[in-house]
Amino acid sequence: MNWLIDFFGNPDNWSGPDGIPVRLLEHLEFSGISLLLAMLIALPLGLWIGHTGKGALFAILSANAARALPTLGLLVLIVLLMGVGTIVPVLIPLVALAVPPILVNTYEGLRGVDPDLRDAAYGMGLRGSEVLGRVLVPVALPLILLGLRIAAIQVVSTATVAAYVGLGGLGRFIVDGLATKDFPRTIGGAVLVALLALIVQLGFALVQRVMVSPGVSQRQTIR
Amino acid sequence: MHEEPLVRWDWIGRNWPSIQVLLADHVVMALVPIVIGLLVALPLGLAGVRWRWLYQPTVGVMNVIYSLPSLAVFIVLIPVTGLATRTTVMVPLTFYAMAVLIPAVVDGLSSVPDHVRQSAVAMGFTPLRRLLQVELPIAVPVVLAGLRVAAVSSISLVSVGALVGRGGLGYLFIDGWQRQFYTPIIVGIVLVVVLAAIADLLLVLAQRLLTPWSRARGAA
Repeated sequence: MNWLIDFFGNPDNWSGPDGIPVRLLEHLEFSGISLLLAMLIALPLGLWIGHTGKGALFAILSANAARALPTLGLLVLIVLLMGVGTIVPVLIPLVALAVPPILVNTYEGLRGVDPDLRDAAYGMGLRGSEVLGRVLVPVALPLILLGLRIAAIQVVSTATVAAYVGLGGLGRFIVDGLATKDFPRTIGGAVLVALLALIVQLGFALVQRVMVSPGVSQRQTIR
Repeated sequence: MHEEPLVRWDWIGRNWPSIQVLLADHVVMALVPIVIGLLVALPLGLAGVRWRWLYQPTVGVMNVIYSLPSLAVFIVLIPVTGLATRTTVMVPLTFYAMAVLIPAVVDGLSSVPDHVRQSAVAMGFTPLRRLLQVELPIAVPVVLAGLRVAAVSSISLVSVGALVGRGGLGYLFIDGWQRQFYTPIIVGIVLVVVLAAIADLLLVLAQRLLTPWSRARGAA
């Protein structure tokens, strides 16, 4: 507890380029960009695969294999290969981390829609894209959002590790604290990251409540 | 800077003994949490099925734990479990495994069709025998699916422990970074992915052995 008071009670930690607000913004910046890029890749791909069933096996197998990639290793390797001039080398492993859960959950969500429902939609004269947009996506939304939530939490957590290769963000407190044996700093950083992850978790719970149609949310969601 | 080959095979040959030590350490730190996680998740999952009101709070707590960044938890644990100890890495991984496995156990047991359960009762099965011989076997595919997720993420997460001094193969990432040397990093990544693939394969095999009826149905 004293460590937390040491860290959070020190006004120096609340201002300047190494202050909590700046580090928090940096953290949100590259987590946000990575998540956005991952969504741009994985959502259309997942929708397409789930809707058409084409290339599903390949996509799911490679997504599962990508989950096994150790992010720390990938991060270190890519930064070493490309240099640390921009944030691009750090975005690559974060995007690679976020794509599989979004892709797999979007696909599984669409696949899990009751085939009768799909047939009924076609029977009512909806075209393929309408079936996707008006029936399949709303019904699959809980799983799609679950995928996004897992991806967001993993990106926010892992962006911490990015500090090790010289990037900003909340991980700086942890890495610098460890390097200088400044334990209050390390613990303070860890607590901040954990809080941020919890806020993300909570935010998605709210989004889920607002976006998912009440008729659908009766259904039990599968992890 | 001179041109550096991506992989220097002679380095791997010379350092193979120490790589093996790291590999063994990695396997232990990834495996123990999965085993303990499963052993804890089974009774908790059973309790969640029997007393439904317990389940939602449990899942809530587990979701919160799951969202805690591993590096942050390692660090908070250091004063309790020590810097660079196996325990510091294994404790959070155990909780992550539980967070995945408890819902898997509950979903698995809930997937037992009611008429199957009633047949077992009608045939005079005691509750314990019903659990062991009917309900758990039917739950196996769902539980093992959870176990595959837990195993792969556990194997991959151990390497983050390298940042607090004990990360199995993760040490190779730190080593390669500090010396600007690709080979250890690539060796580490490849070995972690291979470990995860082996674990996944073993679990798929286990599923085939434990659920012979699914193969029989597939062949028919």
